[in-house]
This record gives sequence, C-alpha cells and structure tokens, in this order.
Amino acid sequence: MSELLKITDLNVEFVARRGTIKAAQDINLTVAPGEVLGLVGESGAGKSTIGNAIVDLLEHPGRVAGGSILFQGEELRGKTEAEMRSIRGDRIGMIFQDPQTALNPLMMIGDQLIETIIKTRGYDQKRAYECAIELLEGVGIDNAKVRLKAYPHQFSGGMRQRVVIALALAGKPELVIADEPTTALDVSIQAQILDLIKQLCEERQLGVIIVTHDIGVIASIATRVAVMYRGKIVETGKVAQILGDPQHEYTKALISAVPRADKKYHRFEAVDYIEGGATRKPIDIATHWLGKSRHQSDDQTPAVLVKNLDLSFTLQNALLKKNRKMLRAVNDVNFDIKQGETFGIVGESGSGKSTIARLIAGLYTPDRGEISIQGQSVLGNQRDANIKMARRKLQMIFQDPYSSLNSRLNVMNIVAEPIRFYKLTSSEAETRQIVGDLLDHVGLGASVANRFPHEFSGGQRQRISIARALATRPQILICDEPTSALDVSIQAQILNLLKDLQEDLGLTMLFISHDLPVIRQTCDRIAVMRSGQICELAETEELFNNPQHEYSQHLLGLMPKLDLLG
Amino acid sequence: MFAFIARRLAQSLLVMAVVSAVAFSLFNFVGDPVNNMVGQDATRERRAEIRLQLGLDDPIPVQYVRFIGNMLQGDFGVSYRIKQPVDQLILERLPATLELVFVSAIISLVVGIVAGVYTGIHRNSWISRSILSSSLIGVSLPTFIIGIALIYIFAVHLRWLPSSGRAGTIDFGWWKTSLLSLEGWRSILLPAITLSLFQLTMILRLVRAEMMEVMQTDFIKFARARGLSERAINYGHALRNTLVPVITIIGLNIGGLIAFSVITETVFQWPGTGLMFIQAVDFVDVPIMSAYLVFVAILFVVINLVVDLLYAAVDPRIRIGNG
Amino acid sequence: MTNLNPSQNTSRFARFMDSDVLHSFLRSPSAMIAAFITLIFILAALFAPLLAPYNPFDPSQISLWDGKLPPSFAGGDERFFLGTDNQGRDMLSTILYGGRLSIIVGLAAVFLGMLLGVTLGIISGYLGGTFDAVIMRIADVQLTIPGILLAILINGVGRAFLPVDIRDEFAIYVVIIAIGLSDWPQFARITRGATLVEANKEYIASARVIGLPSWLIMMRHLLPNVLRPVLVLATLGLATAIISEATLSFLGQGIPPTTPSLGTLIRVGNEFLFSGLWWITLFPAIALVILVFSVNLFGDWLRDALNPKLR
Repeated sequence: MSELLKITDLNVEFVARRGTIKAAQDINLTVAPGEVLGLVGESGAGKSTIGNAIVDLLEHPGRVAGGSILFQGEELRGKTEAEMRSIRGDRIGMIFQDPQTALNPLMMIGDQLIETIIKTRGYDQKRAYECAIELLEGVGIDNAKVRLKAYPHQFSGGMRQRVVIALALAGKPELVIADEPTTALDVSIQAQILDLIKQLCEERQLGVIIVTHDIGVIASIATRVAVMYRGKIVETGKVAQILGDPQHEYTKALISAVPRADKKYHRFEAVDYIEGGATRKPIDIATHWLGKSRHQSDDQTPAVLVKNLDLSFTLQNALLKKNRKMLRAVNDVNFDIKQGETFGIVGESGSGKSTIARLIAGLYTPDRGEISIQGQSVLGNQRDANIKMARRKLQMIFQDPYSSLNSRLNVMNIVAEPIRFYKLTSSEAETRQIVGDLLDHVGLGASVANRFPHEFSGGQRQRISIARALATRPQILICDEPTSALDVSIQAQILNLLKDLQEDLGLTMLFISHDLPVIRQTCDRIAVMRSGQICELAETEELFNNPQHEYSQHLLGLMPKLDLLG
Repeated sequence: MFAFIARRLAQSLLVMAVVSAVAFSLFNFVGDPVNNMVGQDATRERRAEIRLQLGLDDPIPVQYVRFIGNMLQGDFGVSYRIKQPVDQLILERLPATLELVFVSAIISLVVGIVAGVYTGIHRNSWISRSILSSSLIGVSLPTFIIGIALIYIFAVHLRWLPSSGRAGTIDFGWWKTSLLSLEGWRSILLPAITLSLFQLTMILRLVRAEMMEVMQTDFIKFARARGLSERAINYGHALRNTLVPVITIIGLNIGGLIAFSVITETVFQWPGTGLMFIQAVDFVDVPIMSAYLVFVAILFVVINLVVDLLYAAVDPRIRIGNG
Repeated sequence: MTNLNPSQNTSRFARFMDSDVLHSFLRSPSAMIAAFITLIFILAALFAPLLAPYNPFDPSQISLWDGKLPPSFAGGDERFFLGTDNQGRDMLSTILYGGRLSIIVGLAAVFLGMLLGVTLGIISGYLGGTFDAVIMRIADVQLTIPGILLAILINGVGRAFLPVDIRDEFAIYVVIIAIGLSDWPQFARITRGATLVEANKEYIASARVIGLPSWLIMMRHLLPNVLRPVLVLATLGLATAIISEATLSFLGQGIPPTTPSLGTLIRVGNEFLFSGLWWITLFPAIALVILVFSVNLFGDWLRDALNPKLR
C-alpha cells in the first residue's frame, strides 16, 4: 500500500513564559488512501496539534521543531505560505469541531462553497455553481439548489456540519483531517456524520485522520488507531488489535476506564495510571460529624417525589399570548426516588433532563406540579423553616468543573462556606478540622485547603465540588452530568468515588447523563427522557436487555459498538 | 422585525417625554419667569397680566400639556436675553452646526475606517504601530486643547487661516452655507479638523479591535484551512463581519460630533447651536436651554432609529430569522 | 465569618507575585512609565500644599506687581520658575493646586459613576425581571448620548437650579455629580454583562443550592468576579472624567477661577494667548495632557493584560 502521508519524528513545541512545552514528541504516523486513521488521546495529549502542524496552521506560539511531513512523497516542511495555501483545501481538507462557528455568518453558504471551488479547482462561476449543488447533495443535503441561498444560521447543527464537510471536500482533497468532528453533536447526529465520513472515504479513496477523545468514535469508524499520551504516541495498530489486546499500560488503563454498555461492573479498574496520588483517606463515618446526619427514619417515604411536573420557557416574548413561543421543557413528569438508590435520567440535549435536576434543586420554579423531599413538600414560600430544612438535605454536583468553583476563594473557604453559613459547628477550629477531613475523604488531602481552584485539574476540581456538596451533610445528591467534561480515565475515578461515598454515607443519588454506558454503570433505575417527557422508566438491567419504548430502542441502537474490547 | 421597530419607537417617545419634562421644569422652577420677562420693577398689575398670559396660574399638568403643545408647533417661547423667538434663533444657527458636523464626519469616518482596517490587517507593521501610538495621544487630547493649539499654530503664528468665526457664507434665504466659497472653507477647516480628531481616533481603535476580534474566529481559521488567499480572507470574510458593528460606530460618531461641537464652537466662536447653548447657560436663558435639550434629544432619537434600521438591513440574522 | 489567616495571606501575595498581570506589567516599559507618572501626579496632588513654592489662595503671597511674568528660563523673574498669571500667582503653584483639584474631581466622579453603575448592574444582572428591564432601558437610552454632552447638559441644568450667590461655592459638587451621572450606564452595562456570564456559571447555582441568600451571593461571589472589566473601565473612565472636568471648566461651566482647576487655568490663559502670554495656557495644558495620557496608557495596558483573549 502506497502511503499518502508519512510523518517521521515530528516535534511540535509551544514556547511559553514558564518554559517550552513539548506538545508533540517524536511522532511517527502513516496514512494510506481509503484509510481512516484514528488519533485518540485525552485532553492535553497533543492530538489536535498534529493536525494543525500538518497544514501549518499552528496557533501562536506553537512551532514545528523537527521531523518531516511527507505528503504524497513531497516534503511539507519548509514550504512557503503561498505553497501551503495551494495545498490547504486543494489537497488536504480540514473539518473542525464546532459547526456553529466554522461558517461565516454573513455569507450565504452557496457563496462560501463557490468561492472555495473557484479557488481550489479554478472553475468558472457557472461550473462552480453546479459543482456546489453536487457537493451539497453529496453530503446528504436535500433541495440543494434552494439551500445554497441560505445563511448558516438557517441550518441545524448536524446540517451545518454537513456543509462544513462539503466545504472541506470542495477542492477534491486526497487527505481530510477531522478534528473532533462530532463532539459538539448529539448521539444520533453523531452516528450520521460518522457514517457520512466513512462513506466519503470509501467512495473517493480519501485518507482520513480523525482526531478524537472518544474510543467509541474510533471503534465505529477507524481502520487503524494511534494512541497519544502527553505528546507521544504510545501505541499504533489496527483498531481491533489495539482495542482488543492493548499492550501499553496507558492504553490498558484508558480502555478499562471506558464505561461499557454491554455489562455492568461494580467498579472501574486500573485507572490510576493517569492521575495518581489520589489516595483516599476515608474517615470513620460512624463516629464522625459527617455521619451524624445519616438517615434514621423509615425507608418507606421516597427520598424525592415528583408529581405532574410542568415547566415552560419563553423562547420569544410577545405582547399577545398567542404569539409567544414557548418551549415545554418538562411536561407532566412523575417519578419517585427511593431511599439509598441511584436513579438515572438519560436523554439527548434538550430533552429536559437537566431542567428536572434544577427544578428539584430549587434553581427553577415549576409552573405546575409537586416536589417533595423526604415527604416534605418544598414548593411554596422558600423562607419557610421546614422547606429550608428539607432543602439542606439535598445537594448538587455540576457538569463543568471549571465554572463550578468560585476562582476568587480558596478551597478552605469554598468547602467551609455552607458549614459557616448554617453554623453547623461550634468553632472555627472545628470547621477547619472538618473541611480537612472532607478533603481527605474525597481523596485530595487536607493540605490543599489553602490553594485556589486554578491550581487543580478538572478531576480534582470535581472532587472539591463533591467535598463542598458533602459539607451540608446531605442525604440526597444530584449529579448533573458530573463527568461529561472529564477525560474517560478521570471519569472512571470520579464514578468510583461517588460509588464509595454512596456506600459509606448511604446517599440517595439522582444521576443525570446523556451517556448510556455511564448510566448503566452507575444507576439502579433509569428514566429515558425525550422532549420533556419520560418515555420509559425501568430497572437498569431490564432497560438494557429489553427496552420497551421505541425511543429507548433507538437510543440503545446508536451506542458505539465496543465488541472489539475484550 | 416590525415589533423591533415598534419597540424602538415606543422607547423614543419615552425619551422625548422625559426630556420635555426636564425642559418644562427648567421653565417653571428656575428663577421667576415673570421677572425674566419684564424685569424686577414691573408693576403688580403688569405682573398679574403676564402671569395670566403665560397661564402660570393653571395647574401644573395643564401647563405641561400646553408646553408640549407649543413645543410640537415649534414654539419654545422668547429668549430672555436676545428677546427673539427661540425657534427662529435655532433655525438661524442650525446650518452652521450641521455643516461643521458634516465635514467632520466625512473626515473622521474616511480616515478612521481606512486606518482602522489597515492597522487591523497589518498588525505588526511599523506604520500600524505608529498610527496606534498616536491614536492614544489623540484620545488623551481634550478637544479644546487641540483647538487652541491649531489656532495658535495656524492663525496666530503662521497666519494662514482665520482664528474664529464663520466667514464667506452664501445665503439661500433658508440656509447659509460656507461650503461654496474659498473663504468659507478656510474658516471651517480648523474647527472641522479639531472636531474630527477625537472621533477619528475612536473609530480607528474600534474598527481595529473589531477586525482583530473577527480574525480570531473559527470561520476565519476554517477559511485559511480551505486555502483561501489572505486577500479573500481579509476583505471577503473579515471586513464584512467587521462592518456590521461599524454601522453602530457611524451612529455613535455623529452623536459624538454633535456633542463635541458645543466645545469646538466655543473655542472657535463658531456661530452654531452649541455656542448658543453655552451662552444661554451663562445667562440662565431658560427658553434657549430647554429648546436645545429637546432639539438634541430629537437628533439622537432619529440617529438611533436610523442606525437600528441599517443594522437590520446588513445582518441576515436579524433580517431573515431562523429558517 | 473569619477568613483571615497568615498562610492564606502569603498565598494571596504569592498568587499576585506569580500572576501574568504583574509579569506583563514588568515587561511593558510604557505601562511602567505611565503608572509612574500617574503616581507622581497623585502624590503631587496629595502633597500640593507642601510642594508648592507659594499658596495661590493666600492673598498675602500674591501681588499684582508680579503679574504676567514669563517663566524664569525665558527671561522672567527667577522666583517664578514657570512664570505668573495675570493676577501675579505663581504658575507652578497654581498648576500643582489645579492638578490636585482635577484629580479629586475625576476620582470622585468615577467613584460615583462606578458605585451607582456596579450596584445597579449586579442587581439587574442577577435578579433580572422588571427592575432589570427598566434600569437597562434607561442605560441604553443614556448611552446613545455622549457622556461629555450629558455632563454639559446636566451641569447646565444643575447650575440653573442653584441660586446665583451659591453657584460658585457648590460648582465642584455639581460638576462631580454631572460627570458621575453621565457615566454610570457604562459601568452598569459592563457589570450587568459580566454578571450575566458569571450568574450562569455553576458556582452560583451551587451557592443557591447551598441556600445562600441573594445579597450574600451578590456580595461574596458575584462582586469579586465581575470587578476585572470594571477596573479597566474605571481607569479609562478616570481619564475621561478628568477631560470632562477640564472641558466644563474651560467652557466656564465648571470650577470657578477663584480656586482654579487645570481647565479653568487654560480658560484664563486662552484670553491672553493672543497677547503673547503663552505660558499661562501652555503649562497647564501640558500638565493636563500628560496626566490624561498616562492614565490612558495605563488603562490601555490593563485592558490588554486582563483580557486573555488578546494575548
């Protein structure tokens, strides 16, 4: 097989104030025509850098420090900007992550396509126009003639990504570099876009490099895969071989951390390769302050009860009621969560799952319906002492570890805030002692109390959030996509931690996620949501083995096939 | 779209109501209107007569409604100091101000946008750097100091141009212009440059900042990745996206020029509305002050409406909505 | 709530020493020079009575015989380094006292605008609803009118409402209020914008779930996190406020000539410019421009340094 692209000993570095960062080190890669090479790694592994280095679009202050990039036998390094420009688009196409921002908002997509076709193929206006129609049809956009006159904001996210792909293919490139092409899209759209890329690759004998953090994407599209870790390729090979029988320790850790949808484990294994040092020092719950709130009452009252819940958002306000555009985010939802169980809500973006979490947490007020926590209704006057007491039993962990901590406060003040506010301790010294214990308990260690959030990684920040949530001694914990912003290996650690905490403290959990495998690994019962309504509510094993509702079956069918994993 | 304009119109009416209320209260609560009209030593009968004439004994709301009614007919009363109808005075001086603003707007927009785009594209050339450094000086120079400096250099020292006043005007009866004679241009040049300098630097900096913001976006990066030429990227993609906010800048610019014309007119003794206002404040000439307040409010309301309409015309996201 | 302990303070200091802002400052000569000059001006303003060779407000130190003397280096009396004005006041002393007045008025006006704007902006952004709609409509409308024009108008109206005999006495307060009122909407808008961004972040949601009351969330969590852009605006706003005061005074609408500010001095000097007494205008003008320029330069650097996107 002749090679389309051959990279040898490529080094990329970023010269920063605190020293040079080696973003990619001694990279060796090949791509053949008709082959999809997956470049997989966690954030900061340097995988995007390689794509940008190939087409010489590294962002300042990045630069290629050494090595060679042979494209169709031609050395790309040392080419002038003008020479590179004739290669970009013409012979190497790029697809970016976010279709929302990749298109010029003020230009009709037809004009953007025609402009690119004229530049890359040298066609005249009329031929370029016909070619643009052909391209749009080729990426599965119906009614292409009319759609050429549309502006980007008139397309949905998935359709926009198709336009981006059409633009990338406008110059008939031999190589396409796709940087996280499906990360910003919903699962069902994701599958369509991956199919499209695969189909185009086979039809046109393209070489494709797909950069992703998602093993599922690799499993469903790539022929070969290169695993990256901290700027280096640790392992390369056929997909089946790497996923089924990984050799390198990191690959093993990475793959074991991927949540499986086909079977349930108790805990994730072998995930400490990546962020070690998170040694947990559990405290003796029976005697500790933290354990004193453990629920003693009868287990018959549901921890959370939700009845006929409704909430609409106004999309567009208008003077007349009939002109108002409303979105029914939550539509007549009913369920209850038993003491000590983990209840999962799964659905695609916009299904209303996070809205329910926020309703229960009191961040939104429902239009109609009832919410009670351990038998106490929590709607109505929020100053009522009973409602306040009930609300304190419930805490929440959020999705984005980078925005869920106030960057102006240190860890001590973040975690101590609820304790001080509710005067849960008798002295400041005791507060400090307890904060230290909490930090030990979540595996950070009491010594971090004086540091500020920016000094921590995403996973560590999520641990701080968990410590803060525990500080009111809650009995119910709402986890709203707590790991979707984290790398898989960190995700596994956090999920393990939540599991341990639940066992130690007997917590009830409401777990919200879009990720079916994660839901399967964590929950006892699951509600599947679409358009604000629950389609199906079942025991986990029952749902995964025998889904009843059409939509659940559809969702389960979209899950990446990970049969390749051992 | 229709609702958008309706909302803006309602907002404008509100502004006019507030401004007219301020203008009205100036009339009623500053000094004694009767004293202002006839002086301290008028007889009691004469005073009562005038009070009756002005309707000062009516309830306040009635007076306010009458004030609005008069205002709508262009009647702002008679200047306490010059003893002439205020509407006449304003109309007389309006051409001077508008011509000054017009010439300055052309200078500041043309030079500002060209220099802004240039410095936005050629970010690191030494020309850009020197333009930028001098623009910061431009922002720091108060208008009146620029005026004094220009007068000192070109009028006192070099004696090339007149130091003040508006000469060489040609009268059309309803409009006196200084743009049709050499003498007129000689007298408008210094004030117009003075007035435009600050706005010019503001426009330059805004356009440059906007351009640099656009250059950071993903779609520019994607255009690069498609191999489009720098020219197509700079002028085809970036400039177009820069120009949408620039329309607001034009509105701000004209507003700013009207504001600073007060200062420029004072420095150059340019016989426009701004100078008239400052003199009115000195003598607490309430009819002129309140008329000027209303006049400025109308100008700004109109400018803003035009800007909003232009904005909608340029940006398809507002014009078309979601398809 | 006690949150003072030594280890935290050192950590905060260490944070500052290690920050990118300080690093960028130490590598920007223009920022350092600007900060240095601004500091000199502020110190000179604070200690004007100690530094000035004469007290321009003390009639016993002024003699009309000394009037209109050119600077000592241009053939004038050597007692008066920068010459004297028409009333025989030492220019150097009057400029020191005038600069003091300009800076005080500028700071007070910016502080007033900031206090008003930040308070209204945070409440608007966080609580939303009718309050937000009303405040922001007012701000929108006011923002379309340039600050200097508003200051002139408010100042003019304010003066008109004061009886003639106390007009000069209260002029300084009218000026401060006029400038402060004319720039609160900028503070309100930028604060509200930052508040909306921050309020959507999950640490605010978390504070609400913990059960903290709104005022505490605004004071403790929102305020410190929205202050960055406000700081930049306040610095650039100080320059504008100083210009505004000088302009008002130049127009004869501001600080009266009995206690002149830089703008008043330039106004007085302008009357003698044609008769060749250039120093009465030139020196106050230079002082004013250098002051405003260095504040602007510092503000410009601060904006870039605090905006990570531009780096």
